[in-house]
Amino acid sequence: MSRSTFRQRVPVLPYLLIAPTVFFVALFTVWPTALAIYQSLFRQRLNIAKYREPTFIGLQNYVDLFTNDDFRTVIVNTAIYVLGTVPISILLGFILALLLNRQIRGLGLWRLAFFYPNVLPMVSVATIWMFFLTPDYGLFNTALQFLGYRGPQNWTANPDLALLSIMIVAIWKNAGYYMLFYLAGLQNLPTDVFEAAALDGASWWQQLWHLTFPLLRRTTLFISTIAFISAFQTVDHIFVLTQGGPSTASTTLLYWLWQVRFEYQDVGRAAALTVILIVVLLAFTVTNFLLSERQEDRYGY
Amino acid sequence: MVISHVGRRTWRARLTSALLSGITIAWALSWAAIVVWAIVVSFRPEAEPLGRGDVWFGSRLTLENYQRAWSLAPFGRYYINTIAIVVIILAVQVVTITLAAFAFAHYRFPGQRVLFFFILLQLMIPTAALLAPNFATIRRLGLFDTWFAVAIPYFGSAFGMFLMRQAFLEVPRDLVDAGLMDGCTWWQLLRHVYMPPSYPSLVAFAISSVSWHWNEFLWPLVVTLTERSRPLTVGLARFTQLGEIGARWQLLMAATLLVAGPLFIAFLLFQRRFIQSFLHTGLK
Repeated sequence: MSRSTFRQRVPVLPYLLIAPTVFFVALFTVWPTALAIYQSLFRQRLNIAKYREPTFIGLQNYVDLFTNDDFRTVIVNTAIYVLGTVPISILLGFILALLLNRQIRGLGLWRLAFFYPNVLPMVSVATIWMFFLTPDYGLFNTALQFLGYRGPQNWTANPDLALLSIMIVAIWKNAGYYMLFYLAGLQNLPTDVFEAAALDGASWWQQLWHLTFPLLRRTTLFISTIAFISAFQTVDHIFVLTQGGPSTASTTLLYWLWQVRFEYQDVGRAAALTVILIVVLLAFTVTNFLLSERQEDRYGY
Repeated sequence: MVISHVGRRTWRARLTSALLSGITIAWALSWAAIVVWAIVVSFRPEAEPLGRGDVWFGSRLTLENYQRAWSLAPFGRYYINTIAIVVIILAVQVVTITLAAFAFAHYRFPGQRVLFFFILLQLMIPTAALLAPNFATIRRLGLFDTWFAVAIPYFGSAFGMFLMRQAFLEVPRDLVDAGLMDGCTWWQLLRHVYMPPSYPSLVAFAISSVSWHWNEFLWPLVVTLTERSRPLTVGLARFTQLGEIGARWQLLMAATLLVAGPLFIAFLLFQRRFIQSFLHTGLK
């Protein structure tokens, strides 16, 4: 790796120094992954006496899942949630960064207004939104009515709007966080390139498409990685706002995993869901990692 | 002609600029209104019914709701639990990540790359996804419903290790060499050569660790059962489900702000530090 000169004759110390970290990673990342794979091959339901003890059933848990209607709904919900919240909050973050990256009075205050939701716990954000979304006198519906909206007002209890409402909450919370990265990125852009482009008569759009976007590609890649991971693992607001309902209208993968394990007490199926979630997350992180590696080669960073 | 052209451009540029500023400010106000509204209602008398506009233009302001919320649920105990959990996690993490980062930055030893990637596995498989099997481990360790049940999965941090290693790698080689010439032990080297220039990274990590764990919900929900170990976030979620709360928003918002308040105030006071930390770590 580096600092190669300090080779010890009997290198015991470095192993001792990393031992605690390796131990905890082994115990709470590697072991549970292995355990989930193992348990997913067994039927074990703690709330049914005859299934209390694990029985080997091969891949039956996976087969059951892929023929299960709830599972299909959950996968579709998760896809909608992730593909809806991630690009939109990143795009909003980018627009906000562009808006703030100008001469504007009170910059610190506006930046604060966009960023502060990120410091609040998601549970608090959810209770605040519960109030904000109140039918009739709730500020959200009042504002929407002012803008001409005449649709249903009970957002979290409406099967067509429940998923949308938790998505809106997530977007509201995260856009300002991504804005922060873009703002930092924009401020580090080389000004001379833009001056040269402006002298050559490049329009604002041309500069945005051909300079700003490509130059911020690494920032975008980084943000999308953390955004994807956080979209899969944030379910706190679902607990407060919809409990996954009505029925399964706003149930996402991790929320369902929690339900299957801790409400239905189905250890085998929960393990299979854990494995599926891990595979999906690994696919995302590894793809992003490979993309960023390739980019580094191409641009010689 | 040139002058008039320029004049027209600046006039248009000014209009555009004013328009963009207007959009920014309107957008910012709408983003802020959500929480301001919640804050205001938390100070409105509980008995008064809420209708459109009543929150903004209510009768008077009061602290009753905070007292009521505090008496309806053991928020004092929740505070102790949250603070204990956050402090335990941070204290252990500081030690584990510093030692591991030092080992990876300073030494070269067989199996180094393999071990490094082994630790990085933690970044690829978020702990949240592993809640079911980790719950089994916590049960087996006999830690269920304790502070340590909430804290222990985070005792090792691949991310913090990575961050500190980056900081250590930037320590000038000459300094390290000088330390070695003076016969420093590994501990002195770490303490006096590697650590001083790396404190900013450690502070950045500490801020993100504290805010992440202060706000965490799902894992503590799973491994806590009673107020012995239940943190603020889980306490708040339970509070929303209390029968007597119903739609008493004044109370609920007071409880919400009790939970979010301390960290939020810390954020307002040390905004620059927080923002740098979030940028630096990209965690959270």
